[in-house]
Amino acid sequence: MMKRVFAACVAMILTGPAHAAGGDVSLTERDWSFNGPFGTFDKAAMQRGFQVYREVCAGCHSMKYIAFRNFADLGYNEAEIKAIAAEYEVEDGPNDDGEMFMRPGVPADRLPSPYPNDNAARAGNGGALPPDLSLIAKARAHGPDYLYSLLIGYKEAPASLKVPEGMYYNDAYSGHLIAMPQPLYGDDVTYADGADASIEAVSADVTQFLMWAAEPKLEARKRIGVAVVFFLSIFVILSILAKRRVWADVH
Amino acid sequence: MSAEKFQNPVVRWIDHRLPVFSMLDHEKYDYPVPKNLNYMWNFGVLAGLSLAIMIITGIVLAMSYTAHVDYAFEAVERIMRDVNHGWMIRYIHMNAASFFFIVVYIHIFRGLYYGSYKAPRELLWILGVVIFLLMMATAFMGYVLPWGQMSFWGATVITNLFSAIPVVGDSIVTLLWGGFSVDNPTLNRFFSLHYLMPFVIAGVVVLHIIALHRFGSNNPIGIDASGPQDTISFHPYYTMKDMVGIAVFLLLLAMAVFFFPNAMGHPDNYIPANPLQTPAHIVPEWYFLPFYAILRAVPDKLGGVLLMFGAIAVLFVLPWLDRSPVRSARFRPLFRIFFWLLLIDAVVLGYLGGKPAEGIYVVLSRIATAWYFLHFLVILPLLSVFETTKPLPKSISEPVLGASKGAA
Repeated sequence: MMKRVFAACVAMILTGPAHAAGGDVSLTERDWSFNGPFGTFDKAAMQRGFQVYREVCAGCHSMKYIAFRNFADLGYNEAEIKAIAAEYEVEDGPNDDGEMFMRPGVPADRLPSPYPNDNAARAGNGGALPPDLSLIAKARAHGPDYLYSLLIGYKEAPASLKVPEGMYYNDAYSGHLIAMPQPLYGDDVTYADGADASIEAVSADVTQFLMWAAEPKLEARKRIGVAVVFFLSIFVILSILAKRRVWADVH
Repeated sequence: MSAEKFQNPVVRWIDHRLPVFSMLDHEKYDYPVPKNLNYMWNFGVLAGLSLAIMIITGIVLAMSYTAHVDYAFEAVERIMRDVNHGWMIRYIHMNAASFFFIVVYIHIFRGLYYGSYKAPRELLWILGVVIFLLMMATAFMGYVLPWGQMSFWGATVITNLFSAIPVVGDSIVTLLWGGFSVDNPTLNRFFSLHYLMPFVIAGVVVLHIIALHRFGSNNPIGIDASGPQDTISFHPYYTMKDMVGIAVFLLLLAMAVFFFPNAMGHPDNYIPANPLQTPAHIVPEWYFLPFYAILRAVPDKLGGVLLMFGAIAVLFVLPWLDRSPVRSARFRPLFRIFFWLLLIDAVVLGYLGGKPAEGIYVVLSRIATAWYFLHFLVILPLLSVFETTKPLPKSISEPVLGASKGAA
């Protein structure tokens, strides 16, 4: 009876995430370094991914929840983070004259957004709002695989489908018509470490970076998780042994 | 009288004036528990543990949360990114909520299987249904607090249900919202109530336990203990048996928290609430899906709402619908078959609640809904009259001693 009840519970749990899947698209699944209980981020890939974000995506997409100081997770040291932040101009103020002013960024600043507000973003993108990317890897079902599939998913539309003005055909997008023009073609950026810059490689790098942005505590979570599960497994065994000892005299 | 039992003079001094130690002693050693309880009887303790986990993590989360439409989403992200171990506290709170419902659903179905709602435990059962209702209200309001897309639209859909009530419906909705749409006043009152309700639940749990201790636990064969040979003390026997359940529960919870923290959530709730953009499918949390399916199975709004609340209302009168004197399904061959059908029906309803309300899903929802009510309103009363039950053992000790027959 217990087994059957547990099986029912598992079935109920599985129906939970099942409703999130898109349905009419198939995603390319990749073996990400952060998958699995021992998964970690690939720091070099994240640094390359940040470069892709900065040189391509950041033209339209904000990342409001990410501060320069967070880039310590990408493997940058304090001096490098200060240097990266200083390359940005951020608005500060008001000063003693009541004026807003621009100054070079500091590590405590968040990444500046490309548009001052959503209306400006829509106006600059033919009415479509480019979503903030801070949480995008968690805000879509099968986040990393979806982002990767989307980025490599731009194709020639089938002849039967009429693509309206300002829309583009994408294999991975639900409904296949997306307002974002193809952002990556391969060799969009020049990597300092000379890594592969094919469209697949560039897409994977930026996905790695976006997964980190959405779930920056992933490594700590999994590390602690392994220790907790190990500890509790021993607790389970000991409690079963203790229970058996105590119950030995009950008939 | 019992003060002499304690060796420690400080304990004896306190107990003479404030007999808490005697009380605990009484619950631990004098309270007789049937000796044949199986692991299904772990789930009451596990529900209590879940409530404690929810209250503790919730209080900590509230320290860093801001109940305002402009700051709530960001406040949750700050907890996830900047508060020390905030991600862990929040993931525990999120996942323990789901585990709380899993535990309580198993607890309820255990009660159904072994007839724990029957005389003289009707009030114990009814208090349990009250706790379940309070839990649903608490969980619903808690899900609104992160102010993501599903928070906002779930709140909009569910609060709108009350507008189906004739005459006063619209006024009730305005009162729930604190205005004319789901907005900042809604978020504020939901936060206030979400903080209050767990303590109301804790109060009803105390009543639930008082009612339980009046006649003691039911047991797998459903007959009353006939004497001391049928019972054992709670401690150390059931404290140790509960410990096994607690250990397994914590292990599974840890696996969810640390390795699949978002599996039971919806990705749309990581998108900030946007009143101008409706998500493709508005779905509640998984634990509401069976009731959501019942709601949508009825083409009429008021009818759907009535049936959804009716699905819980039948549980209140269950002790009077099932009048069979035999408690445990072990001795009720037909009831047992229908019990499993009901469980399957509930899982099917949960599956359908997560599907869009169109085509075959609507038809199946209607069949499953009809079966749910048929089970309680027709099958159970008929079974109580026509079912031939198996002979009951003379005492609890008898089948325990002759355990060669194999467990049901």
